[in-house]
Amino acid sequence: MSLLSYAKALNRALADALEADPAVCVFGEDVGAGMAGLTFGLQDRFGRDRVVDLPLSEQAFTSLALGAALCGRRPVVEFQIPSLLFLVFEQIANQAHKISLMTGGQAAAPITYVVPGSGSREGWAGQHSDHPYSLFAHVGVKTVVPATPTDAYGLLASAIRDPDPVVFFAPSAAMSVREDVTRELEAVPLGAARVHREGTDVTVVAVGHLVHTALAVAAELAEEVSIEVFDPRTLYPFDWPALSLSLAKTRRLVVIDDSNRSCGIGAEVVASAAQESRLIAPPRRITRPDGAVLPFALALDRALQPNAEQLRQAVRAVAKEHG
Amino acid sequence: MTRALDDRAPQTVDPQTVDPQTADPQTVDPQTADPQSTDPPSAGARSVEPLDTPAARYRMIRLIRGFEELALELVRSGHIVGGTHPYIGQEAVAVGVCAALRPGDQITSTHRGHGHVLAKGVPPRLLLAELAGRVTGSNRGRGGSMHAADLRLGILGANGIVGAGVPIAAGAAWAAKQARADRVVAAFFGDGALNQGVLLETLNLAAIWKLPLLFVCENNGYATTLPAAAAVAGSAVARACGFGVAAFEVDGMDVEAVRGAASAAAGRARAGRGPVFLECRTYRFEGHHTVERRFRLAYRTAEEIAAWRARDPLESAAAALADAEAERAAIDAQVAAQLDDAREFALGSATPDPSGACDFLYASGLRPRAGALP
Ligand SMILES: Cc1ncc(C[n+]2csc(CCOP(=O)(O)OP(=O)(O)O)c2C)c(N)n1
Ligand SMILES: [Mg+2]
Repeated sequence: MSLLSYAKALNRALADALEADPAVCVFGEDVGAGMAGLTFGLQDRFGRDRVVDLPLSEQAFTSLALGAALCGRRPVVEFQIPSLLFLVFEQIANQAHKISLMTGGQAAAPITYVVPGSGSREGWAGQHSDHPYSLFAHVGVKTVVPATPTDAYGLLASAIRDPDPVVFFAPSAAMSVREDVTRELEAVPLGAARVHREGTDVTVVAVGHLVHTALAVAAELAEEVSIEVFDPRTLYPFDWPALSLSLAKTRRLVVIDDSNRSCGIGAEVVASAAQESRLIAPPRRITRPDGAVLPFALALDRALQPNAEQLRQAVRAVAKEHG
Repeated sequence: MTRALDDRAPQTVDPQTVDPQTADPQTVDPQTADPQSTDPPSAGARSVEPLDTPAARYRMIRLIRGFEELALELVRSGHIVGGTHPYIGQEAVAVGVCAALRPGDQITSTHRGHGHVLAKGVPPRLLLAELAGRVTGSNRGRGGSMHAADLRLGILGANGIVGAGVPIAAGAAWAAKQARADRVVAAFFGDGALNQGVLLETLNLAAIWKLPLLFVCENNGYATTLPAAAAVAGSAVARACGFGVAAFEVDGMDVEAVRGAASAAAGRARAGRGPVFLECRTYRFEGHHTVERRFRLAYRTAEEIAAWRARDPLESAAAALADAEAERAAIDAQVAAQLDDAREFALGSATPDPSGACDFLYASGLRPRAGALP
């Protein structure tokens, strides 16, 4: 048994991938120094040609990864800030994502884009606190947001092996999570949800670091209401069959999602459940406000993020209703 | 990743059991492909004709010219939807550059890409079928004019976004250098792309890493209606020089001049001496896009167009033929027959089944949820 941190899990998954497959390479800023933890020690081990330090040219190096991928490489591209994904949306959504279809299946783009530290980092203000996973799920780029160290390991391993582009969000609020690891770390398939805690009254779909919020609330309210904590892990493709199973049992749904409200993944979960499951209570959503820009002052930063109190209230409200 | 260059991937495919998601599109011979078939198109066991003689280069210029004229006709007749960006007038650039490339070399192309794609070896019947949206097209009717690609031939794709192919080419050049392969990559782009930030980022990367990359700027004087003179501060060549990239101005109306410059550039890049930038001065004889005809835009003078037409690359290439008249007539007849065949093949080919509209979206075979529930 050993205590594994989220950051270490990412680092280990990447090291194992580099070790296992010579096609894997890493592009990013300060990856040699390993500033973000993801690549720490890897340039020393695998060399500058496989862990490649880039100048501050995100748009060029994101498509550079596509060119390399078209020649048989499996690049991992690291971004220092979640909002850099806005800068390279063209290169991911319009180039890498579309190349398989547009070439009639001739080309594949096995590229993994990683943000180690997505969402609020507490006090980093408007341009460093975004959590744009719903944008990529909307576009149809495979999108993962692991909550735990073992899932971070397993999903990064699968993302790198996948033949399609995958955007990997490592929420900064989950980066300090540690986990007792009793078994060998292994790949976790993309598109497979995980039920962290079984329950019979309310299904709480929680994304990323909010899984831990949901688990805490479920434990706290255990006497009062039986909560099933459902972690999609992959937002696109979403594990709809698993959600249907859970909702068939609980028939009540609350989603807690660090997206802006309008068009966030929470909206899709609620809409799909409303259309396809027989719910006995109107589903609830806890998200950032519409169009949120996180303000700097800590109290304001926190005021716009989903929290445990909102979750408690929502769970109690849906639990009250009986069909 | 492509099945083309990833030599770890086995290449045996049984056409009967092929999964459309993973099917290699290039397992059928283009010459024998059945236009009614819904099988993947072909490009496979094709022998690309080298562009190593003046006659071969004239022939390719003639082919591109004829192809573009045929495409214009099929746009007018409604057989090609969406229109095209005609390459007429610029043929010497594609042919001169591709004449300097080897079969294993790669290119990225642009919205005005038919010339590049043909010169790098795609049979006209496959490109025309693609333009007409047929299953036998180079991209199975999924890409069209602006996305024509043939990974096996090293054509990493035309691109609908100005400048976007250039960093992709740099990635391929990086991979070639890492693999110690002596491939070079040519990135075609227009004068409009000179003002795309990503192109300048890529010039920098290519220079610091000495990538085997040819920056081929086709300066046709205009980005749609905007004159390069009013849009490009300094000069293209000076910009490249600013990054320490060797840069040359080339007469883009003269296929031999382009070939000479591109051969020297490719030799230099292959020898590990880094990227080269070629500014090919050229001109498009037609409008920016086929819709332009409808608007009767007047951003170029008749005199200017006439002056450039007087330097038609087709004529200078013809003048280089040994026995000019007879040889030219023979080649023209061959090309005409090839284009007749292309038209027959393309228009006789099946259109894709709408039930397959999401085929190939994911290389993994993932099927997206439908937009409407039954
Ligand atoms: C980034 C981007 N901006 C605008 C457009 C619309 N557009 C398509 S072609 C074109 C002009 C391109 O000019 P140039 O690069 O000189 O190529 P040319 O058309 O002359 O061959 C424009 C503005 C686009 N496709 N991509
Ligand atoms: Mg132009």
